[in-house]
Amino acid sequence: MKQFFIFVKKEWLHIWRDRRTLFILVCMPVVQIVLYGFALTNEVKNSKIAIFDQSKDESTTAISNEIASSRYFNLIKNVYSYKDIEATFRQGKIRMAVVFPRGFRDDLLQGNHAQIQLIADASDPNTANMLTNYATSIINDYQKTLYQNERLPYTIKTQVRMLYNPELKGAYNFVPGVMALVLMLVCAMMTSIAIVKEKEMGTMEVILVSPLKPFRIIIAKTIPYLFVSMLNIASILLLSVYALDVPITGSLLLLIAESILFTITSLSIGILISNGAKTQQIAMFTSMMSLFLPTLLFSGFLFPVENMPFALQLISNIVPAKWYYIIVKAVMIKGLGIMAVWKETLILVAMTLSLLGISIYKFKIRLA
Amino acid sequence: MQAVIVENIVKSYRTKKTVVDALKGISFSVDKGEIFGIIGPDGAGKTSLFRILTTLLLADSGNASVDGFDVVKEYKQIRNRVGYMPGRFSLYQDLTVQENLEFFAAIFNTSIEENYDLVKDIYQQIEPFKMRRAGQLSGGMKQKLALSCALIHKPSVLFLDEPTTGVDAVSRKEFWEMLHRLKLQGISILVSTPYMVEASLCDRVALIQKGEILSVNTPKGVISEFKKPLWAVRANEMFRLMKAIKDDPSVESCYPFGQYHHVAFKVQENNKEKLEQIAQKGNYTQVEIHSIEPNIEDCFMALMKE
Repeated sequence: MKQFFIFVKKEWLHIWRDRRTLFILVCMPVVQIVLYGFALTNEVKNSKIAIFDQSKDESTTAISNEIASSRYFNLIKNVYSYKDIEATFRQGKIRMAVVFPRGFRDDLLQGNHAQIQLIADASDPNTANMLTNYATSIINDYQKTLYQNERLPYTIKTQVRMLYNPELKGAYNFVPGVMALVLMLVCAMMTSIAIVKEKEMGTMEVILVSPLKPFRIIIAKTIPYLFVSMLNIASILLLSVYALDVPITGSLLLLIAESILFTITSLSIGILISNGAKTQQIAMFTSMMSLFLPTLLFSGFLFPVENMPFALQLISNIVPAKWYYIIVKAVMIKGLGIMAVWKETLILVAMTLSLLGISIYKFKIRLA
Repeated sequence: MQAVIVENIVKSYRTKKTVVDALKGISFSVDKGEIFGIIGPDGAGKTSLFRILTTLLLADSGNASVDGFDVVKEYKQIRNRVGYMPGRFSLYQDLTVQENLEFFAAIFNTSIEENYDLVKDIYQQIEPFKMRRAGQLSGGMKQKLALSCALIHKPSVLFLDEPTTGVDAVSRKEFWEMLHRLKLQGISILVSTPYMVEASLCDRVALIQKGEILSVNTPKGVISEFKKPLWAVRANEMFRLMKAIKDDPSVESCYPFGQYHHVAFKVQENNKEKLEQIAQKGNYTQVEIHSIEPNIEDCFMALMKE
C-alpha cells in the first residue's frame, strides 16, 4: 500500500508543481461554463422592434406599452410609413414590426373586429416564429381584459403549466449539457497526457523495471486528477446556481456523487487515450477532437437524440455524456431521486469499469 | 551460478523500408560479483542488449537469464531484483533529490533508512542538495542521484547503460571508484561505455561492434591478444605522415592516437628502419619513433579490422 500511496503523492506533486497547468485546469471550466452558459442559448430576449401606430388611441397605446415593456422586446423606433418599416428591416435594425391600422379602437369596440399586423424577419425562422408567438400572446392577454366580466359562449380555454421550468429558461436545458461537456473535456484532457508523459520523459523505462503493477500505476495516476476534478465540479455547480440561476431541486449529495462517477468515466477515457498515444501532443489532440463533437452532438442538449436517424441514436448510446446529461436533468432540474436514474448510473459504472479494464489490459509492460 | 547468461541473442528493428540488425546473435556470461564492461562505439547495440536483459524489450531469438531467471517468462522476478540506470537521465525532474530517492525506495517496497549504508557513500555527496529539484542538478550529480535510485532497493545485478557519458573527468573517476566499492558488497555490475579507457577498470570486458561481440576477456587478456609490436611515430606534419605510412605495402595499420600515430607492420622485421626511411623520404622534421605497449583501443581497432 505504501508503494501505491507514494505513487499517488508523486503524481500529485507533478500537478502541484506545474502551477500554470493547474491554474488552467481549474479556471478553464469556470470560463467555459460562463461562456457556454451565456452564449449557447436559443432564448429570445430584448429583440429590437418598431411600431407603426396609425391610430394612436387608448387601445393601441396600451398594447404598445405592454409589448415594449415585456422582456422579449425592446422598442427602438416608432415609424410612420410602410416604407419606413421596410427601410428599417433592410438596415437590420429590427427583427419585428407591429402595425396598428387607422381607427383601431373603433373597429374593435364597434365593428367587433380589429386587426394588428405583425411583420417579422424570417431569415431566422425559429426566432421569427417565437417573436410572433410572444407578441400574439401579449395581444390576447389585452383582449381578455376587455371582456373580463362577460361570459362568452362556447369558449375553450387552454391551461398550460410548464413543469420543472415554469419560466421557460433556456439555462435549465443548457446547464446540464454544458456541465457534461466541460467535465468530459477537462477530465479527459488531464489524464490523456499522464502516461504518455512518462514515456516521453523516459521515466517509464525506469518504473517498468520495478515491481509496480499496471493497474496500480493506472489507478494511482487517476486519483490526484480526481481531486482536481472535484474542485471543478464544485465550481461548476456554484456557477450554475449563482450565475446562471439554475437551482438544484434534487439531492445535492446525489448530484455530486453522480458527477464524481462521470468524472471518473472521463478520466478513464483520458487514460485509455494516453495508453495508446505516442506523444503528449497527439494525446491532447485526440482527446479534444474525439470527445468534443460527439459530446456536443450526442449528449442531447443541443439536438434531441429522439429526432436523429436510428443509426445515430445507436451511436449516441456509447457517449457517456448522454447518460450524465439525463441524470443531471433528472436530479438537478426535476428533483428526482436515485430510483429514477439507477439505470443510467449503472451504465456509467459499467463504462468506467470497462474503460479502466481495457487500459490495464493494453498497458504496455515493455517498451515498443 | 552466473549473474547474467546471454545465448545467441538476435534483435532487429523494422522500419517501413529498412531492417536494422541491432544484435546479431551474441553470447557471453557475467560472473557473480564481477564488473563486466560492454565496450563499443555508438550504435553498436549496447542499449538494445541492456533493454533485453532488463526485460524491457523482447529479443527476436535466443535466450538470456538474469540471476537465474529467464528474461521473458520470469520477467517479474527480474524486475524485483535488478537495478537499472538508463543512458538518458530518467528521473522525475520536477521532484527534489530526496523525493526521487524516496519514491524509488517505496516502489520497491523498501525505505531509504533500510538500505542507507548501501548508498551512503554516493548519496552523501548530493545530500546537501536534497531539497533541490532533480532537473536543476549538474550532470555529475544527476548521475549520482540516478545511481542512488537504482541501488536503493539493494539489487543483486546492476545495469548501468553509459553512466559516464557526458560527465566530466573527475566525476567519471569518482563514479568508477563507487562501482568498485559496490562490487565489494557482492553486487554484479554490467556497465556499458563508449570510452575505451574505462575498459581497464572492469574485471572483464566484451568488445562489441555492429551487433557482434569481437572479444570477451579480461582487460589484460584483450591486450595480450594483440601479438604484434606497436610503434608510436610523430613528426611535424602528422597528416601527410599518416598518408605516407598507410601507402607503404608492408604496413598493417596506422591510427592517429593523441599526439602520435600507432603503427603495426605485417612482418616483424626492420620495422624501425622502415619508419625512419619513410620519415627521411618525406623530409619530416622533429621525427620521434619508439616502440610502445598496446592499449585496449589499439586492440579494439585491430579486432574491428579482422
